[in-house]
Amino acid sequence: MQYSSQAVAKPYFVAAIGLFIGQVLFGLIMGLQYVIGDFLFPAIPFNVARMVHTNLLIVWLLFGFMGSAYYMIPEETETELYSPKLAITMFWIFLVAGALTIVGYLAVPYAELARMTGNDLLETMGREFLEQPLVTKLGIVVVALAFLFNLTMTMLKGRKTSVGLVLMMGLWGLAVMFLFSFYNPSNLVMDKYFWWWVVHLWVEGVWELILGALLAFVLIKVTGVDREVIEKWLYVIITLTLVTGIIGTGHHYFWIGTPEYWQWWGSVFSALEPIPFFAMTVFAFNMVNRRRREHPNKAAVLWALGTGVMAFLGAGVWGFLHTLAPVNYYTHGTQITAAHGHMAFYGAYAMVVITLISYAMPILRGRAANSNKAQVVEMWSFWLMTIAMVFITLFLTAAGILQVWLQRMSTNPMPFMAAQEQVALFYWLREGTGVVFLIGLLMYVASFFIGGDEASQKAS
Amino acid sequence: MSGTFTKSMARNIFFGGTVFFALLFLALTFDSMQAIPKRDNHANLTPAVVAGKKVWETNNCIGCHTLLGEGAYFAPELGNVYKRRGPDFIKAWIKSQPTGAPGRRQMPNFHLSEQQLDDLVEFLKYTSEINTANWPPNIEG
Repeated sequence: MQYSSQAVAKPYFVAAIGLFIGQVLFGLIMGLQYVIGDFLFPAIPFNVARMVHTNLLIVWLLFGFMGSAYYMIPEETETELYSPKLAITMFWIFLVAGALTIVGYLAVPYAELARMTGNDLLETMGREFLEQPLVTKLGIVVVALAFLFNLTMTMLKGRKTSVGLVLMMGLWGLAVMFLFSFYNPSNLVMDKYFWWWVVHLWVEGVWELILGALLAFVLIKVTGVDREVIEKWLYVIITLTLVTGIIGTGHHYFWIGTPEYWQWWGSVFSALEPIPFFAMTVFAFNMVNRRRREHPNKAAVLWALGTGVMAFLGAGVWGFLHTLAPVNYYTHGTQITAAHGHMAFYGAYAMVVITLISYAMPILRGRAANSNKAQVVEMWSFWLMTIAMVFITLFLTAAGILQVWLQRMSTNPMPFMAAQEQVALFYWLREGTGVVFLIGLLMYVASFFIGGDEASQKAS
Repeated sequence: MSGTFTKSMARNIFFGGTVFFALLFLALTFDSMQAIPKRDNHANLTPAVVAGKKVWETNNCIGCHTLLGEGAYFAPELGNVYKRRGPDFIKAWIKSQPTGAPGRRQMPNFHLSEQQLDDLVEFLKYTSEINTANWPPNIEG
């Protein structure tokens, strides 16, 4: 570790992985409820499990982004962090607030939680992904501001690189767009219109800047390719991202009471959204092929390449699959959406955070790379999780196609629940693959505890 | 990429492109704000509908159901449920939950008052009258 203040990243990474395990466990509960409807009912109704599953995802990715930024910015700016103490304080505040929120979801009926936490003062709860109580939302803003203050102050006193700048733009964008979560008009159309300013402009906008910056950082480190080349690629990729992705928001404005010209704007621009992801894949492989050094951390290189491929497949290809308005008319709000959501989040965001952790964690623990033995286990976990996610996506896609056929296209359309029963086989297969994913994740965790021969550590 | 295409050119294209498309998006949003009142059924946005939306939100209905196709995919679409089932069925259904049928997906009982049920039905009626460009494809949602 070049700068001692980078060490604040470590607890963030540990928390991210811990919450990731929680997310997957709740995913398995929900997957089982899809086929055994009364599983864990009424202790954990599906809506509660889903809230925990999606909120844990968001929170662990935020922990991952913050940890990554705390690790990267000192190295990029070539100076110590403005205030490591503030970073650690914010870590604990965020962790406790996050844990209390999850406990609140599980322990108290949601309506009661809303009443207890002041939802009557400003009604923001009960909207998908933004279910957090008002106090938690305010807490997120406070933590985000303190975090951005800390990093911006660091940036101001140090070297300003393009990687650092793009990362900071992404993180500031994340905080700014989150403010729309406090706007919840009674008019449902307006509510939905601006709800997407948080959700879409996060995951298909500013988060992609963060993704690009993290990937570029790791590629600079592990390939030794000239920074100028990598940063040029980075700008090209994020240009393509925002040029397609901002107007691409329109693919959510097809059927919610918005003007119908969005069917054209949304279809055309979001059809172009795979391009930046394809560029990212080409970029990652190109840089690794042109590498000027053999970095001992093979696992990190694998995660970096995997991020490019899986983000392209999940966000790019599976997004394109149902983004054209005439197709989306039939697929909107079906298991096709769920299939896309799973592979896109894993391929783009889960994997890039793991890439950064995989690269940085050994260094934070005082070595350039883990032992060969530990890396082998980590690479096994890569393949198990990634292949499991591919199959989860394929099974959900199959379920979705059948659902669309039975419920929406048939001349004699089936009711929702009747169609669900017809596709139960695919839900069982998805659940089985989910167990494989969990095994992969546990192997990933295990890889942190595998020591190994001195020789390989010295060689690095 | 050849040497003639420099990093600073890439950066300028990024800033220029982003600003241009962000402004275009804002212009389209401005235009949408003018057009939405023709489609959003706001004439029927009564106090009961507003109260019903709150019942919808504070019971996390979106955690299982979709509303105009957005939400969770565990339970039926409710954007058009008013047209599919009618007000009396909706109220009776909510009151009779959970069914307790073994192995079937279960909906909790939210202990809604008669007033809350009426408000929720009003909200679902208002939602079903939003002009959604003929989505969903049929009454099953």
